[in-house]
Amino acid sequence: MPEILERRTIKHSTLATTTHVHAPEEVERGRLRTEEMVLNMGPQHPSTHGVLRLEVVLDGEIVVDVIPHIGYLHRCFEKHAEALTYPQIIPYVDRMDYISAMSGEHGYVTAVERMMNVEVPEKVEYIRVLFAELQRIASHLIAIGTYGLDAGAFTPFLYCLRDRESILEMFEKTCGARFLYNYMWVGGLSHDLHPDVLGMCRAFVKVNRETHTEVNNLLTFNHIFVERTANIGILDPLVAVNCGASGPMLRGCGVKWDIRKNDPYSIYDRFDFDVAVGSNDLGTLGDAFNRHWVRMLEWEQSLNIIEQILEQYPRNDMTDVQSAIPRRLKAPAGEIYSRTETPRGELGYYIVSRGDVKPWRVKVRSPAFSNLSILPLISRGYLIADLVVILGSIDIVLGEVDR
Amino acid sequence: MESGNILVTSTETLFNWARLSSLWQMSFGLACCAIEMFAASASHYDMMRFGVIPRPSPRQSDIIIVSGTVTLKMATRIKMLYEQMADPKYVISMGNCSNCGGPYWEHGYHVLKGVDRIIPVDVYIPGCPPRPEALLEGLMKLQEKVREQSFAKNEYA
Repeated sequence: MPEILERRTIKHSTLATTTHVHAPEEVERGRLRTEEMVLNMGPQHPSTHGVLRLEVVLDGEIVVDVIPHIGYLHRCFEKHAEALTYPQIIPYVDRMDYISAMSGEHGYVTAVERMMNVEVPEKVEYIRVLFAELQRIASHLIAIGTYGLDAGAFTPFLYCLRDRESILEMFEKTCGARFLYNYMWVGGLSHDLHPDVLGMCRAFVKVNRETHTEVNNLLTFNHIFVERTANIGILDPLVAVNCGASGPMLRGCGVKWDIRKNDPYSIYDRFDFDVAVGSNDLGTLGDAFNRHWVRMLEWEQSLNIIEQILEQYPRNDMTDVQSAIPRRLKAPAGEIYSRTETPRGELGYYIVSRGDVKPWRVKVRSPAFSNLSILPLISRGYLIADLVVILGSIDIVLGEVDR
Repeated sequence: MESGNILVTSTETLFNWARLSSLWQMSFGLACCAIEMFAASASHYDMMRFGVIPRPSPRQSDIIIVSGTVTLKMATRIKMLYEQMADPKYVISMGNCSNCGGPYWEHGYHVLKGVDRIIPVDVYIPGCPPRPEALLEGLMKLQEKVREQSFAKNEYA
C-alpha cells in the first residue's frame, strides 16, 4: 500500500451490517409483510453503462434479485468472422470492445499469428505493447471517470477525459484514426510510429503521473466516495474464480492473476511491473472500492511499463513495420485458443480454421460478459442506490458483452 | 427573411434564437459513437458552450442524438423515447450505423438499416465514428435549420 493510504485513515459508518439491512425472510419473520416490486432499469437509463437492461426485484429499497437482459447491441461478430477474411475481421474486432480497441486488436492478431507461426519484428512488438498500454490507461481513465459520475462526482470525469485526449492524439498522429484504429495487422502494423510520438509520450507520462495523484485525492480518498463504494458488492474469491471473472474484478478480491505475467504473450516478459491486487485497508477485500483501487494501481503500473519501453525502444531500427505481413493470408487447418489481458480482463479468441482464407469459426471469450454474469450474486441484499455503484465497478462494455 | 410573414417576424426571431441556444440533449448512448459523444461533451471539446446539456429524461430534452448501431431490439425503444419527447424535437443521426447500417449493412441480420426508417432525421453525420468536431458541425447545421423556422409555414410542430 502506498504511504498516502496510511496517512488518511477513514472510519466507515457503512459497515456491511448496516447496508445488509434485512434479508427478505427476516422481514417476513418480523411481522412486516411486504410485497415485492419489479423495477425496470434501462436501456435508456443514464447510468446503466450502455444499453443494458436490468430487471430488478425489490423489497422496499432492498434488492432481492437482479436479472440482466442483454442483446440490445448484438452485432453478430461471429457471423461476420465467418463471412470475412482474416485481415477484414480486424475492424470488427475494434468495434467489439470499442473503449479499448487497440487491446482487442492485439489479442486478435496474436491469436492469428500463433496459428500461422508468423515471426513479428522486435520493433513492431515494442510499438504494439506501447500502444496496448496507452490504451489500457485510456480505458481505465474512462472507467474511473464514469465511475465517479455514477457515485455523483463530476470533476474527476473532466480531468480523466482531458488526459485521454492526449493519448488519442498520439494514436491519431500515428495511424490517422482517433478511436477505432485498424492499426495492428497480422504480422505487422498499418503505419510506422510517428517520429513525434516518443517525445509526446515522455511528456504525457510526466503529466499523467500528476493526474493520477490528482484523481486519487479528488476521488479515491474522498470521504463521500469511500462511503458509497466501500463494503458494497463484496465478491468472494472462490465465487469469482468459479464464475470466470477476470481483470480488475478478479484482482479486486485478492487473486493475483494477470495473463501478462502468468501466460506472457508478445514481449511482456521483458518488463518489470507488479500485478495490482485489492486489499483490506480501505473497505473489504473484493468490494466495489477495491475494484476501483485496482484500476488506479494498474494505471500506475502501465505508466511504469511505458517508461521502460521508452528506454528500451530500438530507435535506430529501420525495419519496415509491414515486412513480416504474409502476402497470402491462409491459416493452416486446425484450431487455437489464445488469450490476452485487456483492461477488462481475459479476452480469448478460439479460432477454427479449415485452411481457407476465411476462418471457419471464431468464438470470443469476452471478459465483460463473464464479469457481468456475477452481478446478481453480488448485488442481492444491498440498497437500490448501491446497485448503480456495483454495476459501475464492473466496468462493462456492451459491445463486448453482446458482440 | 423575404419569405417570412411580416407580422410574426420578430417573434419568430426571438423564439428561434431561444430554441437554438438551448438545445437540450437526451443522454442516450448506443454504441461506439456514444463514447465520441461523451468526449464531445467533456473537457476538450465542451459541447455545453453551444447550450447542449445532457438531460436524463426525454420529457426535458429537445434533441436526440442517435449515436450508434440501432438493432431491431433497440428500434422499438428508440421510437418510444422519441414519442415521449415534447415538441419541438429534433433528431441527429450520428455515424454510419444509424445513417444506413454502416459496416453491418451486409451481414447484419439484426441491424436496422438507418434510423430514418422509424423516426424523422434532421441532420446526418457520416463517419465511423465521426470525430467530435464533426458532431459539433452537425449541431451547428441543426442550429441553422432552427434559425430558419417559421410560424407561417407551420414549421413549429
